[in-house]
Amino acid sequence: MTRPTRLSPGALSSALRGGTGTVAVLLTLIFLVIAVQNPSFFEGPPLMAFAKKAAPLVVLALGQYLVIVSGEFDLSVGSLVGAQVVIAARLIDGDEASTLPVIGLMLLFGLVVGLVNGLITTVLRVPSIITTLGTMLILFGAVRYWTGGAPTGALSEGFRVFGRHGLDGVPVIGQLPWALVIAAVLTVGAVLLMRSPYGRSLMATGDNDTAAAFSGVRVRRVRTLAFVGSSLAATVAAILIGGFAGVTAQVGQGLEFTAITAVVLGGVVLGGGRGSVIAAVLGALTVEALFTLFNQLYLPSTIQPAAQGLIIIAAVAYASRRGDRRPPRHARRRPVHPNDRPLDPSRR
Amino acid sequence: MRLPPAFLAGAAGLTLLLTACTTDAPEGADGAGGENGAATTPDAEWFDQAEFDAQLAQREITPEGPDAEPWAQAIEPEWIDTAEFAIDDPENARVCFSNASVSNPWRVTGSITMRQQAEALIEEGRIGGFSSSDAADDDNQQISDIQAFVDSGDCDAIIISPSTTATLTPAVETACESGVPVIVFDRGVNSDCMVTFIHPIGGYAYGADAAEFLVENLEPGSTVLALRILPGVDVLEHRWAAAQQVFGDSDLELLGFEFTEGDGAQIKDLVSQHLQRGEVDGIWMDAGDGAVAGLEAFEDAGRPYPVIAGEDELSFMRKWDEEGLTAIAPVYSNFQWRTPMLAAGMILAGEEVPAEWVLPQEPIRQDELDDYLERNSEMPSLHYAKFGGEDLPGFPEAWVDR
Repeated sequence: MTRPTRLSPGALSSALRGGTGTVAVLLTLIFLVIAVQNPSFFEGPPLMAFAKKAAPLVVLALGQYLVIVSGEFDLSVGSLVGAQVVIAARLIDGDEASTLPVIGLMLLFGLVVGLVNGLITTVLRVPSIITTLGTMLILFGAVRYWTGGAPTGALSEGFRVFGRHGLDGVPVIGQLPWALVIAAVLTVGAVLLMRSPYGRSLMATGDNDTAAAFSGVRVRRVRTLAFVGSSLAATVAAILIGGFAGVTAQVGQGLEFTAITAVVLGGVVLGGGRGSVIAAVLGALTVEALFTLFNQLYLPSTIQPAAQGLIIIAAVAYASRRGDRRPPRHARRRPVHPNDRPLDPSRR
Repeated sequence: MRLPPAFLAGAAGLTLLLTACTTDAPEGADGAGGENGAATTPDAEWFDQAEFDAQLAQREITPEGPDAEPWAQAIEPEWIDTAEFAIDDPENARVCFSNASVSNPWRVTGSITMRQQAEALIEEGRIGGFSSSDAADDDNQQISDIQAFVDSGDCDAIIISPSTTATLTPAVETACESGVPVIVFDRGVNSDCMVTFIHPIGGYAYGADAAEFLVENLEPGSTVLALRILPGVDVLEHRWAAAQQVFGDSDLELLGFEFTEGDGAQIKDLVSQHLQRGEVDGIWMDAGDGAVAGLEAFEDAGRPYPVIAGEDELSFMRKWDEEGLTAIAPVYSNFQWRTPMLAAGMILAGEEVPAEWVLPQEPIRQDELDDYLERNSEMPSLHYAKFGGEDLPGFPEAWVDR
């Protein structure tokens, strides 16, 4: 039962504060119940199977975190995942040699979608919930049109390695899934990013974009890059999901809300400016752990969404009540970031 | 008295929860899974013993009609006269088709077949033109689609594939009242105003074919996991009800069922979880979508393949062939999409058609596997082997480049 603590080294220091603490406690509780139900869950391979399944959502949550913390939404990620998998299957069509070029093309496509989302939101001033809703529908419709409703083609084994296979023969855990490695690397990357000048600007933008702009943050650029980050994360998630399970017509459906749920469950505040990367990752793990738990409890599938909704509302309500008790701390902390900016020598 | 807001919120939430528990428990609650989804008594709402027996019996009946053209065959047809609908200039007649949706690969495959059949009839001069509308699984959209066909006055025959049974009934009746012949296929409606209702034998036969195969090919005491797409759709519920009936009479142990929405990632995850907890010897599916993802869960866990009932979807059939699985492909005859078009041509020519046109529905078994793979060798994944369009114009490009 060292899992939750191992997962959240950075979270422990701030664990008793707001959302991160709540989600860490919730995740621990869920893992405890799973362990009681099924003690073998923590014996390496099953845990790695869980990690393999959870990795795409962790990656998506990282991307969604960037956008939400900047004060926006990205509803297009589910459709983008679907579109990317379908595009990959169609272009690769079982041909090993085209695996890498197609992955490159997917990343490029993700980049373009993110740029479009970001520029429409920041330059044309369309609210991001509308922009990305539009992108979501456009991608969904375009893919339906392109494929006539049923995706064709096949992914190559080389493409599927990332989501399906791993480093074999590791002691204790058996196989270290590449998906877990990728998710871990991206998590570390996101933590570092949020500590960089860019991350601070992003946080400041989400907190109060006017103040951030006055203190020298290029709000439009910062936000646009957040959308690009989210779309690239969705592309990586698509590679992992496509690798995990292959092509089906339903791939990606509803993932945008699962990702937002994960981030919010982690205590990242909608509207921006607050929340940590680790909390978003814990949120993603919690959502996946909930699915696993429901399954192990043989909860009828029909009632699972309702139970999931109740737990999410309860957790967020609990977290925000705990947050309420110390408004001065947040209020004091927040303006610090924008004021930091002009002091940053690299920008002068 | 002042109460803390949190108390009020909590109390309100609790009240909501309690009322949800105490009032109006859905009748199907037990059938929807009981404690662990392993109930082997079908839900009364979805199980009709007489219809179940009838469908199982229909499987044994030799249909009337040419052997090589199962889409033109009918089981115990009651032929009716359609002279009143005959028109003088069929080469100018327009056939209109209101489609529920093309939201899954089975419907995509079928709608292509229908389009190509229309083309063939146009070439033969049996009809003049073909229009179709797609309601994207929206009842209201389909009601207005049908209304638009009626109002336009351009349609000489209307084909309807209803999205849901009860809601679409009045719309189908409106179409009938307009005086043009109406043909309903796939899902039914609660009316007999249409000239003919075309469908394969049905969901009970499908579910029973799959379940009986597992019973025959597994040792007594073996465990079976059921993978279902979603609850509440009659054709799918009937498949499951039939399976419950068959498993209930067998010595197999039903582990339970899972709803997967046909999503490969969910299927793989759910099957992996069941494998972590114990043996899974057989897989029953209410539709073959994602069967390959389910099989991959066995591969990745290093377990032997289960005995599996999938569907005639090609990625599954190819996997079956490559891995030498013990498997069956139950079929919800995809070639049924040709029949309404043919029926429209027959009706406009005043030829007799069956009032209820029951098409054969034979699963693909091991001995036919090679034959069907050969016939569909050019077809992509997510294509259905019994699509029955090999002799239509545009074969194979129309189905290959969708």
